[in-house]
Amino acid sequence: MDIAGSFALLLAFSVAVYAFLAGITGIITRRTLLTKSAQNAGMAVFLLVTFTVGALEYFFFTDNFSLAYVAEHSNRALPGVYKFTALWAGQEGSLLWWSWLLSAYAFLVLFLNRKKHPELMPYVGVVIAGVQIFFLTLNNFVANAFRVLGAPDANGVMRVAQLADGHGLTPLLQYPEMVIHPPMLYLGYTGFTIPFAFALAALLGRYPGEKWIHITRRWTMVAWCFQTVGILLGAHWAYAMLGWGGYWEWDPVENASLLPWITGTAFLHSVMMQEKRGMMKIWNVWLVFTTFMLCILGTLLTRSGAVNSVHAFAQSSIGTWFIAFLAIVLVVCVLAYWKNRDYLHSDNELDSLVSRESSFLFNNLILLAACFAVLWGTLFPVLSEWVVGSKISVGAPFFDKVNVPIAMFLLFLTGVGPLLAWRKTSTDALKRNFMWPSIGGLLAGVVAFAFGDRQFYPLICLILSVFVTLTIFSEFYRGARVIAARENVNLLTAVGELTMRNTRRYGGYVIHFGMVMIFIGIAGSAFNKDVQQEMRVGQSMSIGQYMILCQNFDSLANDNFQSQRATLEVFKGRKSLMMLYPERRFFPASGETETMVAIRTEPLRDLYVVYAGQDPQDGNPVIHAFLNPLVKWIWFGGIVVVLGTGLAMLPNRRTAIVLAGAHEKSWDDAVPAGTPAREISAVTRGANAND
Amino acid sequence: MKTRRKFVIGSGIIVLTLVSLAYVGFTQSKTYYHTIAEVATLHGAALQQRMRVSGSVRAGTIQHRPARLDFVLEETGNSMPVSYVGSAPLPDTFKDGALALVEGRLLPDGHFEAEQVQAKCASKYEAEATGSAPK
Repeated sequence: MDIAGSFALLLAFSVAVYAFLAGITGIITRRTLLTKSAQNAGMAVFLLVTFTVGALEYFFFTDNFSLAYVAEHSNRALPGVYKFTALWAGQEGSLLWWSWLLSAYAFLVLFLNRKKHPELMPYVGVVIAGVQIFFLTLNNFVANAFRVLGAPDANGVMRVAQLADGHGLTPLLQYPEMVIHPPMLYLGYTGFTIPFAFALAALLGRYPGEKWIHITRRWTMVAWCFQTVGILLGAHWAYAMLGWGGYWEWDPVENASLLPWITGTAFLHSVMMQEKRGMMKIWNVWLVFTTFMLCILGTLLTRSGAVNSVHAFAQSSIGTWFIAFLAIVLVVCVLAYWKNRDYLHSDNELDSLVSRESSFLFNNLILLAACFAVLWGTLFPVLSEWVVGSKISVGAPFFDKVNVPIAMFLLFLTGVGPLLAWRKTSTDALKRNFMWPSIGGLLAGVVAFAFGDRQFYPLICLILSVFVTLTIFSEFYRGARVIAARENVNLLTAVGELTMRNTRRYGGYVIHFGMVMIFIGIAGSAFNKDVQQEMRVGQSMSIGQYMILCQNFDSLANDNFQSQRATLEVFKGRKSLMMLYPERRFFPASGETETMVAIRTEPLRDLYVVYAGQDPQDGNPVIHAFLNPLVKWIWFGGIVVVLGTGLAMLPNRRTAIVLAGAHEKSWDDAVPAGTPAREISAVTRGANAND
Repeated sequence: MKTRRKFVIGSGIIVLTLVSLAYVGFTQSKTYYHTIAEVATLHGAALQQRMRVSGSVRAGTIQHRPARLDFVLEETGNSMPVSYVGSAPLPDTFKDGALALVEGRLLPDGHFEAEQVQAKCASKYEAEATGSAPK
């Protein structure tokens, strides 16, 4: 089986090389049959890598510890589901997993488009195959997961050896979210390869028209959605698992996952400028390129040990491969751009500072600034070591100082941007769209101030959140009211109808609303509290409005771990709410200890209790309790973002009639000939701002 | 072109604000990495810097005191006494012989006052990196 797996992997590499070379030859010689064959080869890579992954899983499930990778990351007592996820617990396996996801994407893209875009797809196939060659090179020749353990026998000849039991999976990874967090994040990382392939293909092939930008946008949304989920799951895992009471600490690897997310977000916005107004073409292509390169950089940071991180794998030489690959990608992108730069000339100029265009420009500027700041802070230890010779790192204050104002500005744009008209917005329209949301926001601010919120940023965040929420709701309301009146349905049905007629726009609003919830949740961290105390049975501690009473301490054991556990009763006032069982687990296979946090979660706050350890002098358990307001909003906001993205990907129920508001200048193709005047004024004022 | 100029000015203001914020944040949180041997040779302003020092925890030196925890960090023959004064519980991986990364400031008496301590067991990945079979 190990030989079969290794062989399939090697074959996958050869097939990818074939797909690459045959694809190029097919493009140059214009031989359709060759191109076809290259694309089939691209799809075959998926089958081969799938077989390889299956072979490795087979070893995990049969507890075959003759493979170094299996011995390192599994043991007999490990529950089945974690034997499955142990696949991506280490360097070799996770790179193989990368390859598999990439090949799955490639298969999907090639299969779905096998009869479409005959001018574009050959290039796409070649670019994807190029990326696959890189990862399969790593899988085969640099970090092979099929290395067997050897031991010399009596005659000194090396033989395959098998360990009696494995070293076990790091307990940190033995948590339900670790089953889905890495695949989600990797689906994001690998997914950005597809928009990259389309953008580069369109540029190389000088593909006429804007069709490719629609395809690219769609695939970017897929990758972006996975990346969002991956990041949030990672944050939730850190929150529930690491036991320090927070979910984000600007760790290099967290930052690495955020970078392509930021540029991807920027692209999803600025791409609308290209679709509607023919602007920002160069910028967009480079955003897609940059996003892909940041994905590779992120993988590099995780793998090479270049920066200090809880996530980092071993210090290894694999970084050199990534740097070389990054350099190649950069050179290819620059050359492709330079050779075809006339293909990307802009059709329009910026008309007004108060317009949809300029809000997108500011949005992009600010996102890029955030990206740059995070990148800079993350790489600073490496850069400073090069430049001045001493390794200097920057911490959370740096990231917070820069990113919090950026986040506030973005939140502001989230409310304002979508309601501004293309080209130029009149003062009248501004007043109409923003008066009530502004009043609502300020009112909320005053109330919060009166109730004692005197911190600057949380207050701003609250005002803006209310403002944005009101703009979003008013958009739904105004659009739905028109439909309800015209088609004689109730308002709720009309909201559904409205959304389905222009899924992109209203899905976008739902995403924005989800982001607002996430922002509120993050702002809650300004009010965190914590208490740490030694506790005996019968003792209690209080935090906020909660009282925690210690009922019992006991120990449990099973094959996989032994644990010490506290039984705590939580009271609010005099009322008993629930029992919490924070634990501390010891895993004999890996010799590591792990904290199991107990969380009572409510819409407005989390009570987060950690069994912090035993007092070394008297052996009494120490309990560390945190009160974290609004954390749940982050996770819930994440769900809303995912729903919104799903909505935005659905096809429109029928082509939305693009109408111009009666009060504003229309641009040539905005009003279909013969549209009755009544409809023009009836449909929401934002309709000319139809995304 | 007037619009363009306005946009450029607006962007300029934003970028400058962010750069100054970044600078403030940077000076507040910049931390130097030093080896224990280097710490001994620091003088002048360098002694006031926030720094990170790594080493391994000398076996048997971990002592719990009221409101702090003392231990000795050592690396290739050099050693440094450390007092951890942070409130967060120490990671489970913090024990005799563990690799630890301490962050904080040097006190005038040569003690290192750590606000943060990260620790890891001798990494399981290391065995692979050196090419030998896992233990």
